[in-house]
Amino acid sequence: MPALKQELESETMLLNVGPSHPAMHGALRTQMELDGERIVGSASEIGYLHRCFEKHSECSTYQQIIPYTDRLNYLSALMNNVGYCMAVEKLLKIEAPDRAIIIRVIMCELSRIMDHFVCVGTNLVDIGALTNFWFFFNIRERIYNLIEMVTGARLTYSYTRIGGVARDLYPAFAIDCRIVLKEVEQAVKDVLGLIQHNRILVERTVDVGVVTKEQAIEWGFTGPCLRASGYDHDLRKAEPYYFYDQFDFDIPIAENGDSYDRIMVRMEEVRQSTRIVLQALEKLPSGLIMTDAALVSLPPKEEVYGSIEGLMNHFKLIMHGILPPKGEIYSATEAANGELGFYIVSQGGASPYRIKVRPPCFPIFAVFDKMIKGLMVADAIAILGGLNVVVGELDR
Amino acid sequence: MGIIIAKILIPFLIIVNLIPLLIWVERKGSAYIQDRRGPNRASFFGIRLGGLLHALADVIKLITKEDIIPSQVNKPFFILAPFITLTIACVTYAVIPFADPLIIDGKLFPLQAANLNVGILYILSMSSLGVFGVMLAGWSSNNKYALLGGLRSSAQMFSYEISMGLSLMSVVMIGGSLELTTIINQQSHFPWQWNFLKQPLACLLFIVATFAETNRNPFDLPEGESEIVAGYHTEYSSMKFAMFFMAEYAHIIIASALISCLFFGGWQFPFLSTHFLREQAGEGIFILLLAHAFLFVLIGIFLLSKFSKGKYGDKRDYEVLVIGVPFTLLGLGLGFTALFIGTGDYGVMGRQIFAALMQFGALMTKILFFCWLFIWVRWTLPRFRYDQLMHLGWKVMIPLSLANIFITGVVLLFL
Amino acid sequence: MHHPYLPVLLIIVLGGLFAGVFLLASSLIGPKKGTKSKLSPYECGLKPVGNARERLDVKFSLVAMLFILFDIETVFLFPWAVLYRDFIKSGLGLFMAIEMGIFLFILAVGLVYVWRKKALDWR
Repeated sequence: MPALKQELESETMLLNVGPSHPAMHGALRTQMELDGERIVGSASEIGYLHRCFEKHSECSTYQQIIPYTDRLNYLSALMNNVGYCMAVEKLLKIEAPDRAIIIRVIMCELSRIMDHFVCVGTNLVDIGALTNFWFFFNIRERIYNLIEMVTGARLTYSYTRIGGVARDLYPAFAIDCRIVLKEVEQAVKDVLGLIQHNRILVERTVDVGVVTKEQAIEWGFTGPCLRASGYDHDLRKAEPYYFYDQFDFDIPIAENGDSYDRIMVRMEEVRQSTRIVLQALEKLPSGLIMTDAALVSLPPKEEVYGSIEGLMNHFKLIMHGILPPKGEIYSATEAANGELGFYIVSQGGASPYRIKVRPPCFPIFAVFDKMIKGLMVADAIAILGGLNVVVGELDR
Repeated sequence: MGIIIAKILIPFLIIVNLIPLLIWVERKGSAYIQDRRGPNRASFFGIRLGGLLHALADVIKLITKEDIIPSQVNKPFFILAPFITLTIACVTYAVIPFADPLIIDGKLFPLQAANLNVGILYILSMSSLGVFGVMLAGWSSNNKYALLGGLRSSAQMFSYEISMGLSLMSVVMIGGSLELTTIINQQSHFPWQWNFLKQPLACLLFIVATFAETNRNPFDLPEGESEIVAGYHTEYSSMKFAMFFMAEYAHIIIASALISCLFFGGWQFPFLSTHFLREQAGEGIFILLLAHAFLFVLIGIFLLSKFSKGKYGDKRDYEVLVIGVPFTLLGLGLGFTALFIGTGDYGVMGRQIFAALMQFGALMTKILFFCWLFIWVRWTLPRFRYDQLMHLGWKVMIPLSLANIFITGVVLLFL
Repeated sequence: MHHPYLPVLLIIVLGGLFAGVFLLASSLIGPKKGTKSKLSPYECGLKPVGNARERLDVKFSLVAMLFILFDIETVFLFPWAVLYRDFIKSGLGLFMAIEMGIFLFILAVGLVYVWRKKALDWR
C-alpha cells in the first residue's frame, strides 16, 4: 500500500532582496528561493559598488591613495587611513612620532565606537526597534563634531599622512573628548536597558545565525564576529601595534556566536574603546605630529629657501613623490569589522605596483548564504545587520 | 431623521479629525522618545502649531501626487482594496456609546450612532472584515513582497481574531449582555469596579490582540519594512497609500475606544456618577469654566513669555503672539463669565448635556491615553518573527483565554 | 421608531463616500505620466523573476481553516456567555457550567490535537 502521508507540494518563489531594499545597507543583493517564508536556498551577488580601488591605486602616488581609502569602510574611514599609512610606513621602514601614533589610536578607537554604533543601530532597526538607532546616532553625531574639529571633515577625513597626521589636536580636545565619552557610556547604557533583556529581541536573536568556533575559523572570520563565536583573537592583543600592549583593556568574548552575541560583543567593545581613549588622552606626549624623515616629509620653509639640500628635497618630493624601496609588505590592523589588511607591492616607483585590500567583511559575507539556509526571511535580515557588511569595503 | 444623521456625523467627524491629530502625536511623540525635534517646518503665514500643519500639508501633497497603477496589477481589486480598508475602518465606531443615555420626556436617548443589542458581535464582525482590504491589496498587486505581506497579515489577523473573541467572552459573562452601554453601566463609576481589575488576564489578552489586529509594532509584520519592503502596500502610491495609513490610525482609535469601553469603564467619570454630575451641574460648570480659564491663561502667558523678536527674523516670530493673545483673552473671558454667572441653574436638559459632555471628555481622555500607548509601544519594542507570532497567538493566547473563560465560569458559579 | 440597523447602513454609505472622495480626488488632481519602468512591478530595482502568483505553502491555508473552526466555536460560546448569569440566578448554573466545560474541553482537545500534529509549528 502506498504511503498515505504524502507531502503537499508547493512551488518555491524566487525573491530578490536587494540591491534597492531597505534592509540591504548599501547595495547588496541576495536572491532567495522561498518556500512560504523559509529560505530554501539563496545566491548573493556583490559588485554594485565596485569602484576599482585597487586598479586606481596603481596609477596614483602613495599620498594620493589616502583619500581613496576613506571610501572603503565609510563608517570608520579613519581606520582605513591608519591601516594604509601603517602599511606604507612599514614598507618605507620609517615610524611616525609618538604623538602622531597616540592621536591615531584615539581616532581609531573613536571610529570603532562610531562603526559599532551604526552596526548595532541598523541591526536593531532591521529587527524593528527603531528608537535605539536614534539613541546611537545622536551620540555618533557628537563624535562626528569632535572629529570634524580635528580633521576638518565629517565623513571622508583623509587625516593621516605617511609618517604622521595632517593636523594636531586642538587645545581643548581632551576636555571635549571626555564629555563625549561620558555620553557614549550613557548611550550604551540606555540601549542595553532597552534591548538586553527584551524578550522579543532575545527570541529574535538568540540561536539565530549561529556560527561555531570551528566554522568561524574555517570561514576566515575576524573581528567581533569571530570573538562572538568564542575565539579570542584581536590583533591589538595578538600582534600589538601602536602601543596597544601598553593600554589596559579587555577583549570581549561571547560563546554562542549568534546574532545576540554579536550585538553584545560590539556593545562591550564600545566600552573598552572608551577605556582606551581615556588612557590615550592621559598618555598623549607632546612633540611632532609628522616625522622629519626626508624620505616622506617636506622640509620646513626656511630650509627650502635657505639651503640647497632643503630645496632639492622639496623638489624631489613634490615632483617624484614618495619612492619606497623595491619589496612587498602585508600589514594588518584591527579595524572595527575585523582584520583590515593592506598588501602592497612596490617596484621602486612613485605608485605601487599592486595594492590588495583584505576587507574584513568579505569572508563574512561570502558565507552569508550558508548561514541563512533553512531560516526565515526575517532571520536573514536580522543576521545580515549584525555582520556589519559595508559595501564600500566589500566591493572596493 | 435629522437626529440620526447628527448622531452619525458628529462621531464620524470626531474620528476623522482625530486621525491627523494622531499622526501628529505619533510623529512628535516618537521624535521626543528618540531625542529629535520632529515635524516643525510647515507653516501658514508663520503659524506652525508645533508641526500640526504637517498633517494638512501631507494630505495636500499626497492628493497631488501621481497615482501610479502599475501595469501588472489586477486593477479593479487594486483600487477596491484601499477603499474597503478605509470604509471598514470608519464603520466600526457605530456602536461605541459616548455618554450615558439622555432622558427626554421619559424616554431613553442613547448617545451612540447605532444602538444595536449585539454591539460586541458587530465590532468583532466589522474588524474581521478589515482583513479583506489587506488581503486584496496583497494579492492584486501581483508583487512578491505584497503577496508575502498579505499572507502574513491574513494569517496574523485570523489567529488573533480568535483570542480577541475568546477574551471578550469573560467580559460578556460578567456583564450578561452584548450591549456596550450595559457593560459600561455595570462597571459603575468606581475605578475598582472596572473590568480591568475584575478580568486582568482578559484585559491583557484583548490589548495584545488589538495590537495584532491593528498591525502595529510589535506585530507589524505585514508591513515589516526591513524584510518585505512595505508589505501589502508596496505598490501603492499617492492617496491610495495614504488611505491605508489613515485606516491604520482609524483602527487605533477604534481599538482604544473599545479597550476603554470594555475594560476601563467607557464614559464613566471616575468617582462621579451620572446622577451626581446632573445634580451638581451648576457647581460643575462653574468649576469647569474656572479651571479652563486658569489653564488657558497659563498657556497664553507661557506662549507670550516665549516671544522674542528676531528669533527667526520672519513671520514665525509672531506665532506665539497670534496664538497666545487669543488664548489669554479666551481664558480671561471664561473666567469672568464664570464669576458672572456663578452656580446658576440650567434646567433638566442643560444638566443632562453637562453630564454627557463631562462623560464624553472622560471617554476621550481614556481613548487618547490608549492611542498614546499604541504609539509608545511601537517606538519601544522590536518586531516579532512570523513563527513566534503564530506561536504566541495559538499556543499562548488561545489556551490562556480558554482557561480564563473556564475560571470565570467557575468563579461566577460560586460567587 | 426607525429600524436599529438603519444608522449602520448610513454609516457604511458615509464611510464609502469618504473613501470614494479621496480616491476620486487623487485620480483627478494627480498628474499622469506613467513610463514603462515606472509602471513595472517593484522588485528591488531588478527585473522580476518568475510570477508572484504561484502555488504557495499549504500552511497558509491551514491557518485559515483552523481559524474558521475555532472562530465558529467562539460564536457558539457567545449566547451561553450572555445568558450564563441568568442561568445561575434560575438555579441552572451548575448544569450550564458543566455543559460548557465539556464544550471547552472538546475545544481544548481540538487545540491539543492540532498542536500535537505540529500544524502550529512553523519550523
